Amino acid sequence: MSRTAATREKALDAFGDPTRRRIFERLRHRTRSVREIADGMDVSRPAVSQHLKVLQQAGLVVVCSQGTRRLYSIEPRGIAALRGWLDGFWDEALTAFKEAAEREASRERKR
Amino acid sequence: MKAQSTPANDNPNSVWKTTLVQAPPAVAWRVFTEQMGAWWPLAVYKIGQVNAVDAVLEPRVGGRWYERGDDGSTCDWGRVLLWEPPSRLVLSWDVNADWQYDPDLQTEIEVRFIAQGESATRVELEHRKLDRYGARRDEMRRIFNTEGDWGRLLAMFAARAAEGANP
Repeated sequence: MSRTAATREKALDAFGDPTRRRIFERLRHRTRSVREIADGMDVSRPAVSQHLKVLQQAGLVVVCSQGTRRLYSIEPRGIAALRGWLDGFWDEALTAFKEAAEREASRERKR
Repeated sequence: MKAQSTPANDNPNSVWKTTLVQAPPAVAWRVFTEQMGAWWPLAVYKIGQVNAVDAVLEPRVGGRWYERGDDGSTCDWGRVLLWEPPSRLVLSWDVNADWQYDPDLQTEIEVRFIAQGESATRVELEHRKLDRYGARRDEMRRIFNTEGDWGRLLAMFAARAAEGANP
C-alpha cells in the first residue's frame, strides 16, 4: 500500500470514532488549544489530547506552538488528499467552473 | 451535475473529462482563465501553508499559474504552455504527489472550449503525462479521475462509525 493510501486508511479509521469526529468539527472554523476543545465537551483534557494525537498521526490535524500554548488546526493537505480521492479532483473543479461560467453568462444576458 | 468521462477513458497516463456549459466560449474562456479564483476549490486544492484566496493564470505563454495566500504569499502550480483564446489552453501542472511544487514534474493539462450553438460550450479537459508521477501514477490518477460520490462517503463513514461502536 502506498504512503498516501495508508494515510487515507488512518484518516478513515480516525473518523470512525464519534468523539474524534466532534473534536475535528470543533477545529473546522478556527485553531484551538486542548482546553478550548475540551470546554463544553463531555471528555477530559487528557482524553482530548489522546484523540488529537490520533488525528495528527492520520494527517488530519496539525499542531503549532504559540508561546507556551499548543494550538491545533485542520491540516488542509490531509483533507485535500481525502477529498480528492472521494470527490475526484477534476470533477469537482469542472463542476465549480461550469457553475461560475453559467452565472457570468446569465449576468451578461441581463445587461 | 458531474463532469462526464469518456467510455474510452482507459489511458493510464491521462484523465479526460468534459462538461457542457451554458455560456458562449468567450465567456467560458474568460471565467476559466481570468476568474479562476472565483471557482477553483481553493479550500481543498491548494498547496500553501496559509489560506488561499486566489488562483491566478498569467495570460501568456510562459506565464505563471499560482495560488495567492491571505498573507500575500504565492505558491506556483505550473506554467502556461499554450494560450489560444477562446478555444485552447495548455498548462503544466507541476504539483507533485506530496502536494509540493516541483518545476520538473511537468504533467500537462489541455483545455478545449468548443462552441455548441451560440450560447453553449463543450469544455474538454485532458490531464496527461501522468507517467511523470512515476511509482505514484495510479494513486494520482485516481485522485484526478474519481467520480464524486458523497453517498458512498457517508455510507463508508457510517460503516466505520458502526465498527467503532461495536468493536
